[in-house]
Amino acid sequence: MPANRFNGFTDYGIGIGLRIPHYDHILAKKPTVDWFEIISENYLVDGGRPLAVLDRILEQYRVVQHGVALYFGSADRPNRAHLRKLKALVKRTNTPWLSDHLCWGSVDGTYSHDLLPMPYTFASAKRTAENIRMVRDFLEVPIAVENVSSYTEYHVSEMTEWEFLSEVVERADCGILLDVNNIYVSSRNHGFDPYDYVNGIPAGRVAQMHIAGHTKFEKYILDTHDHAPIDPVWKLYRHATARCGVTATLLEWDDKIPSFDEVHAEALKSKQYIAEARDAQRPADGRRAAAAGAAGKAGR
Amino acid sequence: MKKSRRASARAPARRDPPTRLRTARDLAELQRATWALISRPLTPDNRVPRRWIDGRPTAVVAAGIAKPNDRLTALERLEIYSRMYWFRVLDSLYEDCPGLRAVLGDRRFVRLAEAYLVKYPSRTFTLRNLPDRMARFIAEEPRWTRPHAALCRDIARFEWARVEVFDTAARPVFTTDDLLDTDTGRLRLALQPYLQLLELDYPLDDFFLAVKQRDELSRGDASNTAVGAAGKSRRSAQLRLPRRAKTFVAVHRLDGRTYYKRLEPAAYRVLVAIRAGKPLARALAAGIPRAARPREDWPAKVQAWFANWMQLGWFCRRE
Repeated sequence: MPANRFNGFTDYGIGIGLRIPHYDHILAKKPTVDWFEIISENYLVDGGRPLAVLDRILEQYRVVQHGVALYFGSADRPNRAHLRKLKALVKRTNTPWLSDHLCWGSVDGTYSHDLLPMPYTFASAKRTAENIRMVRDFLEVPIAVENVSSYTEYHVSEMTEWEFLSEVVERADCGILLDVNNIYVSSRNHGFDPYDYVNGIPAGRVAQMHIAGHTKFEKYILDTHDHAPIDPVWKLYRHATARCGVTATLLEWDDKIPSFDEVHAEALKSKQYIAEARDAQRPADGRRAAAAGAAGKAGR
Repeated sequence: MKKSRRASARAPARRDPPTRLRTARDLAELQRATWALISRPLTPDNRVPRRWIDGRPTAVVAAGIAKPNDRLTALERLEIYSRMYWFRVLDSLYEDCPGLRAVLGDRRFVRLAEAYLVKYPSRTFTLRNLPDRMARFIAEEPRWTRPHAALCRDIARFEWARVEVFDTAARPVFTTDDLLDTDTGRLRLALQPYLQLLELDYPLDDFFLAVKQRDELSRGDASNTAVGAAGKSRRSAQLRLPRRAKTFVAVHRLDGRTYYKRLEPAAYRVLVAIRAGKPLARALAAGIPRAARPREDWPAKVQAWFANWMQLGWFCRRE
């Protein structure tokens, strides 16, 4: 679904995360980039360099807000002070949609600053969906929730992660930010087939995708965003694109960040997989006809 | 590292997590139980303590929350989150507190930070605010910083001022045009919200410049690899600790960069009075003691102060 109500009916293409080491390059060289994703919380301040840089970026580029601290899955209700600041930023950036994670991270007003995994139960899906609706109603912008990488599972879970994700987004009537790398990481940590995950979600709700690199340890994989994506992640991305349609795609690179050009070039690799996904989607007869047409032209 | 010197979790033993999750209250209970385990300070070898608060093996507590898999026990799986939490918050404080690190050394700093976070965990969505209660903590629990508690408390105030200066709002600058049609006797000026005025017991402006210089030097002859707090040490040349001396400093910013400006005591008092909302004439009276007036050329001095402060954009329009 390239453009749908969950991403504000946009068709944004391939973006990269706006990161501090690239500020000077972007402001000086003004490279062509489809869009930038910002971490909302980095700009929820009242002044100084962060907002000054953001305003200059906004003059040139499209920006989408991605958050790390809404904690839709916390039993706590969303923090009003946080939401007020977010709303001001939404007005500033004019983001067509806003994403954050399907996780919890605060307890009784204490913050973990981490993306902690949900217990996959109907009760927690209901609470999470209520929180998403509250946030969307306050911010007045479409919301997409992102699946997180996880390293543990709860005894109380009643369903798979993708069933839980589906339950939440249907109840909240919101979009999905499908993080393909997170699916891969969790599949290795928990022993499920990542293709079952992609096949099990409501494809029409996918508003955006993330791709990233991770780090493999002896007994688990950690979502570190400090490498380029590996081949199996790209292949899963191709499959997800074939199933869900071409949608806004973002490469995350948050640690050991290489040059802007290197990150951007890596992000643009997704074009190749998008083309392959499109090719795989085309009916067999259509492919044959296209091949015949190409042969005919060559023969002329 | 002696066990008794490490921070201990003060939270009381919690109820066991729910075995079924039927309500939002159950969800809250499960999240509290999980958080209690994750946020427990790590042992010196970065493990979750093997004994729980109530004496049970922590492995039993973890097994009540999480499932094992074919490679990791329930505790080992939760321990991944515990490490990530502590490394993240300690790294954040490590970045924000170069002065405290310089005085205490890395090892003692990490102990201080850990104890601080146990007592004052993060209460906002942003890591920016993590050091906001450090000065208070040092005053409340001086044992973590002895024999430099007074110095460290001042440093913590200074470091928090640096955080505030970096991204607090700036308002439209007050210009001489704003003086038109104004009764200067009743004029009330306002200071930029980001401007931080500090009355210190130590000359920390010089100290922080020395810390910065030392850190730049050590970065210059080391690799560029990011250095975290936990379990890592940084080559550090010995810094001379500042001697006690009453010092007045403005921490301010210009073109996005942070600067420190030493103030005369009278200038500091004038600025504090302006910030308190006093009219200019009363602010000057508050800042310059009547007894001191004849001894100096105050008009020239005050004119120089204000010219400089205007140049730096410290004054803004009142809202």
